[in-house]
Amino acid sequence: MYEEIGRNRRASWLLIAGFIVFIVFLGYVFGELTYLGYGGMVIALIIALSMTFTSYFYGDRIVLSMSGARAAEKTEFPYLYNTVEGLSIAAGLPMPKLYVIDNAAPNAFATGRDPEHAAIAVTTGLLDKMDRLELEGVIAHEMSHVADYDIRVATLAAVLVGTVVLLSGWLRRSFFWGGARRSRGRQGLGPILVVIGLLVAVLAPIAAQMLRLALSRRREYLADAQGAMLTRYPPGLAGALRKLAAEQGTLAVNEATAHLYIVSPLKAGDVAERTSTLFSTHPAIEERIKRLDEMSLGEAPGPSPLGT
Amino acid sequence: MFTSWVVFIALVVVLVLFIAGFYNRLVALRNRVDNAWSQIDVQLKRRYDLIPNLVETVKGYAAHEKDVFEKVTEARSRAVAAGGVAEQAAAENQLTQTLRSLFAVVENYPELKANQNFLLLQEELSGTESKIAYARQFYNDSVLKYHTAIQSFPGNIFAGMFGFGERQYFEAEPESRGPVKVEF
Repeated sequence: MYEEIGRNRRASWLLIAGFIVFIVFLGYVFGELTYLGYGGMVIALIIALSMTFTSYFYGDRIVLSMSGARAAEKTEFPYLYNTVEGLSIAAGLPMPKLYVIDNAAPNAFATGRDPEHAAIAVTTGLLDKMDRLELEGVIAHEMSHVADYDIRVATLAAVLVGTVVLLSGWLRRSFFWGGARRSRGRQGLGPILVVIGLLVAVLAPIAAQMLRLALSRRREYLADAQGAMLTRYPPGLAGALRKLAAEQGTLAVNEATAHLYIVSPLKAGDVAERTSTLFSTHPAIEERIKRLDEMSLGEAPGPSPLGT
Repeated sequence: MFTSWVVFIALVVVLVLFIAGFYNRLVALRNRVDNAWSQIDVQLKRRYDLIPNLVETVKGYAAHEKDVFEKVTEARSRAVAAGGVAEQAAAENQLTQTLRSLFAVVENYPELKANQNFLLLQEELSGTESKIAYARQFYNDSVLKYHTAIQSFPGNIFAGMFGFGERQYFEAEPESRGPVKVEF
């Protein structure tokens, strides 16, 4: 678990560094193409730093409001509160803030920057369709994301990758009207730079998306295994995943946040989402269930890997 | 001469730092065990507070089931009075069993099972029981980690030197491994 936290801390820093370098480079190219010159770079640096700051400290709120979640009151959802409280005790973590999304499609996600600033959101559909053991399985999966700092990487990735995609789009468009104005522009690096810039603007969003997806797939297996160890009852989560696989409902989510959820909230008919490919946010549910079933067979609930 | 002194002092400094680090780790582990114990305590108290309310609510519908109420109340006061890990664990298991017989009685009263107040208490109680189970699990995990640290080399040397004693596991009754469920 310590290695996992260390890896996630490094991944967070790399994500931030890569983001800043990329945005500043975009700003440089943009400046060269227009009359801004180095001003483009300065503006880009300011944007990059403020975006990083925002996504680190307010990423959870951005993600929660994007998903249409509202704060859950204990009086309204005593069952959910009791379940989460129990599992936070088991994991030795502080109690996360709880949110609900009013949607019949069962799903859940966790966000935040560390266990002290974590939030778990579940849909009302999840609460309706799961029994207590299954709900515990789902919450334990989310608590494992919290314990391992997966939430930090995933939340940063959601906001920063979203920004990269957006800005690359702007830059691509700016080549059309900026390019003409610059055709008589300065000599030297100009033309080569334009080509590189164009390439980056086209390839970066694809690379960023793939990075976001790759980041999340491996984590899902790990959170499944850790969650199962936390409840000491793998069939709970396995049963929940079976129900989640059977439900075809989709959520109105921004694609940038899809990797946060316990199962992909995107259209179920989507081929990419049904099979494990480079472009899916989650491993195939069948494979996850299989691994949990294998855990239940070799049942020897030793000490939990959590709370090391 | 001078270099050998430097080497010697450096070694001593490294050794002291190492011992200090180890000592701090043991303190942290022991504190976590104590903290985990107080977590169990918080949840147990919550359960003691819920039981009288529950008994009163059930009494309103099934006043003549005196036997069961007495047993629950008695088991509760014994659990409240219990001290020490082993005694507490035994008393808690006793209390869990009397509660089960109380809920078995409830089975015969459909109006009671529809009572909003009763349902709320029932949810609170089963929620608290699963929290107790998880707190116990976390406590035992913490004890295991602490024991591993003070029993394996070189921890065993420091533990003896600085007086880090062993802690007791909180034994659950055999059939209630995993989350405790109030059955209906």
